[in-house]
Amino acid sequence: MSTSTTHQRGRGQRGFLPWLAAPALVFFVGFAVIPVVGVLALSFTTWDGIGAIQPSGLTSWRAMLSDPGLLHAIWITFLVMIASWAVQTPLSILLGTFLAGHQRYRGVLAVVYFIPLLLSSAAIAITYKALLDPNFGLGAGLGIDFLSQDWLGRPTLAFSLVVFVVSWQFIPFHSLIYQGAVRQIPQSMYEAAQLDGAGRARQFFSITLPQLKYTIITSSTLMIVGSLTFFDLIFVLTEGGPGDATRVLALDMYKRGFQASLMGPASVIAVILVLVGLALALLLRRLGGRDASQSQIEGA
Amino acid sequence: MALAACGSSGPGSSSGGATYWFLNGQPQEGVRTGAVDRFNKANPNEKITFTTFQNDAYKTKIKTAIGAGQAPTIIWGWGGGTLRTYAKAGQVEDLTSWFDQNSKVKDKLFPSTFGAATIDGKIYAMPCETFQPIVLYYNKKVFSDVGVQPPQSWGDIMDLVPKFNAKGIAPFSLGGQSRWTNMMWLEFLFDRIGGSEVFQAVFDGEKDAWSNPAAIDALTKVQDLVKAKGFIEGFSSITADSNADQALLYTGKAAMMLHGSWSYGIQQSDGGDFVSSGSLGYMNFPPVDGGKGDPSDTVGNPAQYLSISSKASDDQKKIAKDFFTKGVLDDEEVKQWIGTGGVPILKGTQDLLAKDKNADFLTFTYDIASKAKTFAQSWDQALTPTPAETLLDNIVKLFQLSISPQQFADNMNAVIGQ
Repeated sequence: MSTSTTHQRGRGQRGFLPWLAAPALVFFVGFAVIPVVGVLALSFTTWDGIGAIQPSGLTSWRAMLSDPGLLHAIWITFLVMIASWAVQTPLSILLGTFLAGHQRYRGVLAVVYFIPLLLSSAAIAITYKALLDPNFGLGAGLGIDFLSQDWLGRPTLAFSLVVFVVSWQFIPFHSLIYQGAVRQIPQSMYEAAQLDGAGRARQFFSITLPQLKYTIITSSTLMIVGSLTFFDLIFVLTEGGPGDATRVLALDMYKRGFQASLMGPASVIAVILVLVGLALALLLRRLGGRDASQSQIEGA
Repeated sequence: MALAACGSSGPGSSSGGATYWFLNGQPQEGVRTGAVDRFNKANPNEKITFTTFQNDAYKTKIKTAIGAGQAPTIIWGWGGGTLRTYAKAGQVEDLTSWFDQNSKVKDKLFPSTFGAATIDGKIYAMPCETFQPIVLYYNKKVFSDVGVQPPQSWGDIMDLVPKFNAKGIAPFSLGGQSRWTNMMWLEFLFDRIGGSEVFQAVFDGEKDAWSNPAAIDALTKVQDLVKAKGFIEGFSSITADSNADQALLYTGKAAMMLHGSWSYGIQQSDGGDFVSSGSLGYMNFPPVDGGKGDPSDTVGNPAQYLSISSKASDDQKKIAKDFFTKGVLDDEEVKQWIGTGGVPILKGTQDLLAKDKNADFLTFTYDIASKAKTFAQSWDQALTPTPAETLLDNIVKLFQLSISPQQFADNMNAVIGQ
């Protein structure tokens, strides 16, 4: 009796449930699949963005793959990815763990930490640019020599600054993820560890960190795949400069497409970005094991 | 492609009158909006709505809008290479016959301004607004504090550099992140060393034109100036859109600056009493010893240009043409441009210029513009977008000292004629 009702309900769900995915599917096809197909088609053409689109086979691909500028942009993108991941992950885990505590002062601090999350990248970039201006910025205004360096005018400094600002902007978001994850860890584990005489540090490394494994993978995926699309912040902050010291792939794509009117080569970069993004996301899922959604509590 | 049609219904398709996009930033923005407002008031049946943009953002926005078929009726621009791409794609109206029928409109303007509006013998834009030659500005107060005289030659410039640096003043202000600001230096050095034919050869698509010995000499000289700390510390992160480069000059942190004539109006409105107290000096770029160029030559924008989108409706085109006849450079607009320190491209304004409070600067600009043997158009505007972008990128690297003059020439030779 009971099995038959479940069966019936199940069939009803199967009829109705797929429709729930329809709105998302429409958006996904409209704003992800169609543009990607369009960009792939454009990468085999020559187009200045204004005149007629001329099919040109592999010309754009050949031109781009032999362009040292592309390799450089890939290298810079990779460096930004690694550096911002390496800065953000430890700090986010520590902050998230700290904020997971239920003390009231931590709640107040949490609100303060999350402020950068509310600001738009463009606003952040304009603010930092103004504050760090070597002639009219904070350093010159307060007479602090350390601050009045040519932050955005030297390749290494500008690169480090981009990583710093990116981290400043996104650490709150990842801390939020870690805070939630840490709160999910059963209190009983810590109580058991305390009985066994484990100190704070030991508890962190032996319980918190292993329990956060899947959260680390999720947050790293967001960071790494997200870093491929850094554009607005870098565009406003440095425009890819000085020279091409911070010209990441997304920026290179924009400059070629919309400033140099080379839509073909820009589409090649877009295709490369899509492929790299998908490959990285897949790789990270593999790292997390076959089923990242399984519970890990028992395994601890 | 279908993608282009994804946006909301753009200004190109709106039926309520003509649309007009142009640059913001005072004092020029006020003159432009004033002209539109007066036209709208005088012609209640013909309405022009305008939208304003920042300089660097506009250059991208307008190209994208035109490519997507969403161009405004009236397209504000700089003529030259970009206009050529619009014309080749059939996106802007051929105005040749209209100018023939309305010769009065054409004849009141300086003929030299039509060069950058003419593509293969046809006129695709109406010249408007002001002459904008590039001028060497200097802070007279700083010069007298240090006890030196304005440079009369390239040699003088190189001699002045250590003197200002010794006093902790930057010899030259430069908004290097904007890139075209660096380009102005090369434009003058190329001209003064080898004459206007050096860049003309590039423009005409001659093979290896950038390898001309005069070009290599000019590229080397500019790197010498960078190496001698001729430009303000941190110039590669300063943008011209923020006017910070000009602030460096009027606050006395820098002694000199190469900039467009429009900068006079900006320094006047932002610089307190800097301009009114007579502290701002200006001159044409000095000759280079032994150079072949004519010292009267100048570079910059011979005018600004208004084109009509070929996608506009007949009504919109008619409104635009009426605006060209009745609105553009009407008496009030002429007066206002003069008030901002700009010299309108209209013939016979000498008397008006001489009566203004900025008479000295205005007469100076008028003389440069009208007496120059060659008034060359800014390179990035003269070239089509693809080589222009390569040029700007390589100029930045040249100023960063990350490529040699020879590498610069090689990189640029590769895109000649594109």
